[in-house]
Amino acid sequence: MSAVVSQIREPLVRGHKSYHDITEDLVSPTERAPGVGWVIGFIISISLLGFGLFCITWTIWHGIGTWDLNRTVGWGWDITNFVWWIGIGHAGTLISAILLLFRQKWRTGVNRAAEAMTIFAVICAALFPGIHVGRAWVVFYFFPYPNTRGPIWPNFNSPLLWDLFAISTYFTVSLLFWYTGLVPDFATVRDRAKGFRKKIYNFLSFGWVGSAKHWQRWEALSLVLAGIATPLVLSVHTIVSFDFATSVIPGWHTTIFPPYFVAGAIFSGFAMVLTLMLIVRKLLSLEEYITLEHVESMNKVILATGSIVGVAYLTELFVAWYSGYVYEQFAFFNRALGPYWWSYFGMMFCNVLSPQFFWSRKIRRSVAWTFFLSIVINIGMWFERFVIIATTLARDYLPSSWSYYSPTWVEMGIFIGTLGLFFTLFLIFVRVAPVVAIAEVKSILKSSGDQYCGPDAVHHHHDDHGHNHEDHSSEVEEAKTAIEEKVATVVESLEDNLKKLEGIGPKVEAALKTAGVKTFAALAETDTDTLQKILDEGEGNFMGNSPESWPHQAKLASEGKWDELEKLQDELQGGKY
Amino acid sequence: MANTNTQVIYGLYDDEEIMLKAIRKANDLHLNIMDVYTPFPVHGLDPLLGLSESRLHIAGFIYGMLGTLTAFLGMTWIFTKDWPVIFGGKPYWSVPAFIPITFELTVLFAAIGMTFTFYIVCGLGPGVTNEMLDDRITDDKFCIAFDESEVNSSEVESFLSSTGASEINKKII
Repeated sequence: MSAVVSQIREPLVRGHKSYHDITEDLVSPTERAPGVGWVIGFIISISLLGFGLFCITWTIWHGIGTWDLNRTVGWGWDITNFVWWIGIGHAGTLISAILLLFRQKWRTGVNRAAEAMTIFAVICAALFPGIHVGRAWVVFYFFPYPNTRGPIWPNFNSPLLWDLFAISTYFTVSLLFWYTGLVPDFATVRDRAKGFRKKIYNFLSFGWVGSAKHWQRWEALSLVLAGIATPLVLSVHTIVSFDFATSVIPGWHTTIFPPYFVAGAIFSGFAMVLTLMLIVRKLLSLEEYITLEHVESMNKVILATGSIVGVAYLTELFVAWYSGYVYEQFAFFNRALGPYWWSYFGMMFCNVLSPQFFWSRKIRRSVAWTFFLSIVINIGMWFERFVIIATTLARDYLPSSWSYYSPTWVEMGIFIGTLGLFFTLFLIFVRVAPVVAIAEVKSILKSSGDQYCGPDAVHHHHDDHGHNHEDHSSEVEEAKTAIEEKVATVVESLEDNLKKLEGIGPKVEAALKTAGVKTFAALAETDTDTLQKILDEGEGNFMGNSPESWPHQAKLASEGKWDELEKLQDELQGGKY
Repeated sequence: MANTNTQVIYGLYDDEEIMLKAIRKANDLHLNIMDVYTPFPVHGLDPLLGLSESRLHIAGFIYGMLGTLTAFLGMTWIFTKDWPVIFGGKPYWSVPAFIPITFELTVLFAAIGMTFTFYIVCGLGPGVTNEMLDDRITDDKFCIAFDESEVNSSEVESFLSSTGASEINKKII
């Protein structure tokens, strides 16, 4: 085929997968009974959701007076949480839409889950404007429909109404995009299922058959949806920032808000994607589909957007001073050194300093570091919204009406409830749908599978000279390729691929093979002292390599106990115990 | 797309590259392929099958324009004719303030319209059941299907076996 194989890019699908392996690996989590971890997670999430529902009911029953909002601080945790959740959703659209337009293949490993996260985050976000209006039962007044009250229309000039349109459009478009991507994968699940399960997936898959014309239209639709979702996602957080920027409150009334909010949204969204994906890849053993290459790519986005956010914070400070406008200057002085100083410095530390660790490649590729920093960033971005909203409002123009706001248990409960809602929906999604887009991973296999590119490649493409091998000499070439492949497999059976063991790279392998250790069996019989000697005498610098675990690993490999080997390798760190 | 009572003869291939070669051969032999079914979008397939480019994006543009007009004319009518209100001393017809909602509805109409058009023209949707020729087509098999009433079965069978099909079957769908 015309698959373009870049030798520079790292493989995105590991483990020498065949198409069937991909189906098997990605569908099986929906077919087997849930694990203990899932059940515990689900019970916790749904309990939190239950408590959240109780707090919402309490709010609606008793009124907004159950919150600590007052005349001065009209927006508190409610809008903080709203903006936080909406921001988190942005990573999903960025991955699925913008990276599709940029033809970034690594998106295929994470787009499905990220889009799901977008939809669930928007649901959580949309809850807050709904209840913070107080009379939640007449919230439909927001929508412009011909009514019997005049008709009285909403104010189309108000950013709050723009927000309503932006969020509802965003939710709808994300849902359509996500579901259309899911249809072929539901068909895959359907065709493996039996009985009632087959009926359900038959319904969900809309009768998909995989016809050539359908695929063509499906790709056309995905591309155009990506094209229009890209400006949409930028517009959504721009409009959210208009909620603040079009007001006349010092600290809010700034032109920097739209780009700064969009960058912050992507920043926090990627942090949440990483938090979720690192858990999912561990729980569902998807390490071969969501590789360190994926993690590193996302960390690079975090570093870039985090730095944009950092520059925006400093620009705000500079402009407040440079403008000579005393109210603006006071707003920023108050943020940093007023009664909420702790949230300002929390924000600065979490959002400006912490992503800078990702300049180091080691940290970008470390699962533990990434997980930790992703949570730090999530907290930081929550602080950012709190700083902008509550801190600014608490000290307004009139010192006589200054106040201090701290949330009540009801407000905290609602926030915790949305966390519960988010994780409940996500856990259900993990059980029902393939978490990684099956069809899309299959379509990149021949360009990004590790048997086709990277150091472990076994297949070599013979179509370097383009597409014109329709001529009849291609049949001769094909026969030649077949023979070469056979020879390669025979040679391989004599010499094992020692690189499959953790801690052995191409150079160490070469050194071992020159020393006569060519198979797993031979390696298993060699003691570590001899191995160390081979390394010391071999060509190259093997200071960092320690052979202590190699004979053990090789023994498992020579006996074909790949599962056990994998387990062992999970515990090993760079081949060391 | 539901049951059409077509007698289909089809071959399953293990790899898309073998299948693409087979389709080229079929074109040389002037065999009339009914359809090709694959587990994922195979690039390079459309020109071989003579499929013209999808016109969905044109439909999307029309739906989008419809959204633009709905939003802009709707707000114009409401704020200048139906119920004019002065907000913040601005004119009734304050165009800049209408832009965000106009943009959102453009996107919304385009997305909904295109997606529904996609499902309708493909004959897909909730409750639709289409017979699969083989359950492994959504897994790892690539299928070339012929309508038996339009082709010579023995010719097709020999074509399929000579081009490397791993299985050859018949089925009524």
